[in-house]
Amino acid sequence: MEYFNDHKKLFLTALGLFLFLTILVAILPALYNQKNNAPLPQAEALSGDALQGKAIYVANGCVACHTQQVRNVDMDKVWGERPSIAADYASLHRTDLWRNTATVMGTERTGPDLASIGTRQPSIDWHLVHMFNPRIVVKQSIMPAYPWMFEVKKVPAKGDVVVNVPKEYLQGQEGKVVATKEALQLVAYLQTLKQIKLPDGTPNLEFLYKREKKNESGAPQEQQLDGTALYAANCQSCHQENGEGLKGAFPPLKGSKVVLDENPELMVDIIMNGYSGRVQEGFPPMPAIGTNNNLTPEEIAAIMSHEKTSWGNNAKKVTSADIKKLMDLVKLKSKDTPATK
Amino acid sequence: MNTSKYGIPRWFAIVSLLFPFPLLAQSERTVPPSASPGIGEIIVLCLLVLIVLAAAIFLSVETHEMMKLVRKKMKGEYTGKVEEYFNAFDSKQIDTFLKYKQTRKLKATGTNLPLLLFMLLGATLLSTNVFAQTTAEKPFSLFSEGGIVITLILILTPILTGIILMTLKVSNIVKRYRFNQNLAEVERLTEYLKTLPEEEISDALRKRKAVLDYKLRQNELSGSLPPNDDKGIITNVNEHANIRFIAEKRKALKRPDVDPQLSKLIIWFLITATVWLVFGTSIGEYAGIKFVAPDADHLSWLSFGRLRPVHTNSVFWGWSSLAMLGLGYYVVPRVGNVQIYSLKWGWYTLYLINATVLLGSILLMAGINNGGGEYREYVWPIQLLFGIGLALTLANFLKTVATRKTKEIYVSNWYIIAAVMFAITISVVAYLPFWQDGLGETITQGYYMHQGVGMWFMLFTLGLVYYYLPQQLNKPIYSYSLGILAFWSQIFFYTLIGTHHFVFSAIPWSLQTVAIVGSVGMVIPVVSGTTNFLMTFKGSWNKVSGSYTLPFFIIGTIFYFSGSLQGTAEAFRFTNLVWHFTDFTVAHSHLTMYGIIAFFLWGGIYAIIPRLTRQEPPQVTVGIHFWMAFIGLLFYTIPLMIGGTLRGMMWLDGKPFIDSVSFMAPYWLWRAIGGTLMWASHLVFAFNMYKMINPRKVVNINEEALEKLTLEGHELVDVQ
Repeated sequence: MEYFNDHKKLFLTALGLFLFLTILVAILPALYNQKNNAPLPQAEALSGDALQGKAIYVANGCVACHTQQVRNVDMDKVWGERPSIAADYASLHRTDLWRNTATVMGTERTGPDLASIGTRQPSIDWHLVHMFNPRIVVKQSIMPAYPWMFEVKKVPAKGDVVVNVPKEYLQGQEGKVVATKEALQLVAYLQTLKQIKLPDGTPNLEFLYKREKKNESGAPQEQQLDGTALYAANCQSCHQENGEGLKGAFPPLKGSKVVLDENPELMVDIIMNGYSGRVQEGFPPMPAIGTNNNLTPEEIAAIMSHEKTSWGNNAKKVTSADIKKLMDLVKLKSKDTPATK
Repeated sequence: MNTSKYGIPRWFAIVSLLFPFPLLAQSERTVPPSASPGIGEIIVLCLLVLIVLAAAIFLSVETHEMMKLVRKKMKGEYTGKVEEYFNAFDSKQIDTFLKYKQTRKLKATGTNLPLLLFMLLGATLLSTNVFAQTTAEKPFSLFSEGGIVITLILILTPILTGIILMTLKVSNIVKRYRFNQNLAEVERLTEYLKTLPEEEISDALRKRKAVLDYKLRQNELSGSLPPNDDKGIITNVNEHANIRFIAEKRKALKRPDVDPQLSKLIIWFLITATVWLVFGTSIGEYAGIKFVAPDADHLSWLSFGRLRPVHTNSVFWGWSSLAMLGLGYYVVPRVGNVQIYSLKWGWYTLYLINATVLLGSILLMAGINNGGGEYREYVWPIQLLFGIGLALTLANFLKTVATRKTKEIYVSNWYIIAAVMFAITISVVAYLPFWQDGLGETITQGYYMHQGVGMWFMLFTLGLVYYYLPQQLNKPIYSYSLGILAFWSQIFFYTLIGTHHFVFSAIPWSLQTVAIVGSVGMVIPVVSGTTNFLMTFKGSWNKVSGSYTLPFFIIGTIFYFSGSLQGTAEAFRFTNLVWHFTDFTVAHSHLTMYGIIAFFLWGGIYAIIPRLTRQEPPQVTVGIHFWMAFIGLLFYTIPLMIGGTLRGMMWLDGKPFIDSVSFMAPYWLWRAIGGTLMWASHLVFAFNMYKMINPRKVVNINEEALEKLTLEGHELVDVQ
């Protein structure tokens, strides 16, 4: 062991081994990846407000709880329609002289994944209310509130974005809640988070570890799907668990004419193509949630049946066969809706 | 990986691991294949409860008997019955009766513990058979996955150790107490004999009474003059007549003084480390409370996303790094038998690192964050201060080693100096901008955050253990070669595993596989390290009960084994499905950074400061610190591991995300409770630091007078 009794030789050997492995498993793969991946053709570079919003996202440590990656495993299907690929991250660059490239991929999912939040929840109004205090729209949420990104004004100026905050969350303050530039920038960033379609002909990566569909009783599939759970996952954050919506922000489904209608066509249309028929009343446009979240006819049937028979609603349940027909019908009607499939 | 191939409830293996049921293992094929994961979970939980219950029953039976004895003694219940029996006894019978009673009592106390140990031992031996027999029958079970089974076993190890430790302690106390009671009983019987009226006593009993009455005057041989104690045999006897609730531990050995200038540097490193520990864990505690009460405040500087990196960075770079360096400044010159090359550079390091953490924390709270990558949230001008500090220390250590008076470089210095070199390397790699675009950043992040943990904290701390553990046991390390094997294999495997934080992500599949393989390779350094430490303990286990530092090293060693191997288990692809993104990861990082690093550091600190200042901490508060930190850590991590697993299962089942949030509420509450215990233990630790360092007003007159006479030796270290 004479070799190791010489401190120069010993420590140079150890450092050499470490440097060699470092170059092999970190530096070379990193260089290779940044050289060989470009943003997808349809991807738009962040600019203006969205870019500022990303900086706010990093400054407030949102990455501590939110991931931005759809893994290639079946359980992640709820977060996007295809697994994330290297190209999705290729447009990330160093923020400025002082700050490194943002780590947006994340390692912790205390809150939901945001890889396609721009598609899943496109409503600016929802995001602003949620940012002011998440518990206004999601009772069980433990996300921090960001009231310092808002101002309370007696009389909002022209061009101010007023946020519909219920009285009990104002803590005695009088006036209207107005979003600051920061809040709007942050939401602008969230709205850009969408999964971009792969160029024509390129198949999506496969989702691994497929869930086995249980079908033991032989009953139709929509009867086995849990309408309540699907409602919670897709609709509840706006229309609320009690179906009453949020006064002045999101319309109620309880006693809604559309929901109770014998003919489910309009309801399917709204779910698949979105709806802006009640903007006059102060309700923001409803996103095309069925299309955005890739809901199947069976899932939509389960959700609709849940909505039609809950909270005192007393309409007939629908079947997946009917819904499938209607879905094909309303698809033709909406050529202007950007298809995400 | 085909999940359906691993059939039969392997939770059954865990069941068998804990209880010796060889027969059940055979008949296992008759278990209906419909047993769902739910049942497995319940059984494992029940088992845990059972073990705790068994220990509790054992303890309560023991204490109950003790209480009964005490009550009997108080009431003097003895007389009535004994009188009846006694009248019929002759002397021989009395003799045999007395003998019988004594032996029976002793026997009764002896059986429980061996039985318990036998059960545990038998169970572990049997488990291998069971594993071999479990083959495909049931399609899917959480407990049929190797990684999860490994983890469960690993989690159970420290808990069982804790329970066994506590049971041993209480049973020892009870044993001692009973022994005394037996002696007292004999005494009482003889006394009773004396009080009986004479006409009722037979001749034999009277004779017996005479015998019993006879007592030596105790000075037949010695006479009544005071002894001439030439060799100090009598005056040095330490007598404790009363029952003690806290065992007396050995005092630190008086050693030749350390250079007071170096002492001062080391102590300041450790003081500032303590300050950052209290600060960082206060932040962590508050962040943990926010999981339960998200509307606790609405200030931007205190919002969760900003506090989280303040917590992690201040306990990493503030507490752990400063404490490691402080202890390292003692070890590096000592094992080379020289003075440290430059004290000044040591002080610069101290200033620079403290400045890093102070400025970094303020900037993070103000919303200036490098990019959100874990542990490199400080912007580069701040982290540069840390880098310069480390570079100074590296030069200092290398120069010290270069002038060493020993031929060999002791293995501690291998670890310590390598750790400093590697920490500088990874910081440079992490902060240089050339390979940080797109996924390059993520790959660098995976490399950096894991090398930070494994190559800086773990490697350095292992180096410290290779010095402080043998020192505290007063014997050499078991195997030098094992230490060297662990050194090279740690470098080789650990460097590969960074990207296992991004399994199933967009990072190249091959790189993920390399990371998983590297994680499995980590078994080699971990097992050799653990073996080395445990074998060093071997033959000296009796020293543990008399030491207040060694328990920290034992817990550190156990968590080194279980925490590190848990990391291996977590890296598998299947376990990633369940655990990735959940609070399981948070539990794991606390098991390792706290269970391993912090416990080893505390062991080292309690070992060294009494030598530098000649002042020991109060043993009671060291005990409180130890137990609160240990129990707090278990309360913190176990609920998070259970909750994290179940949350992962909910995601696998496709449950709505928000349901998994409400589901975690009770587990987060338990985490806050455990965290509070840990945090409180740090306050106790800070108090102990104060007691060790603050010069006491009481003067040892003899010593001071002698010191004044000789004018040799150094003064007590004064840090005010």
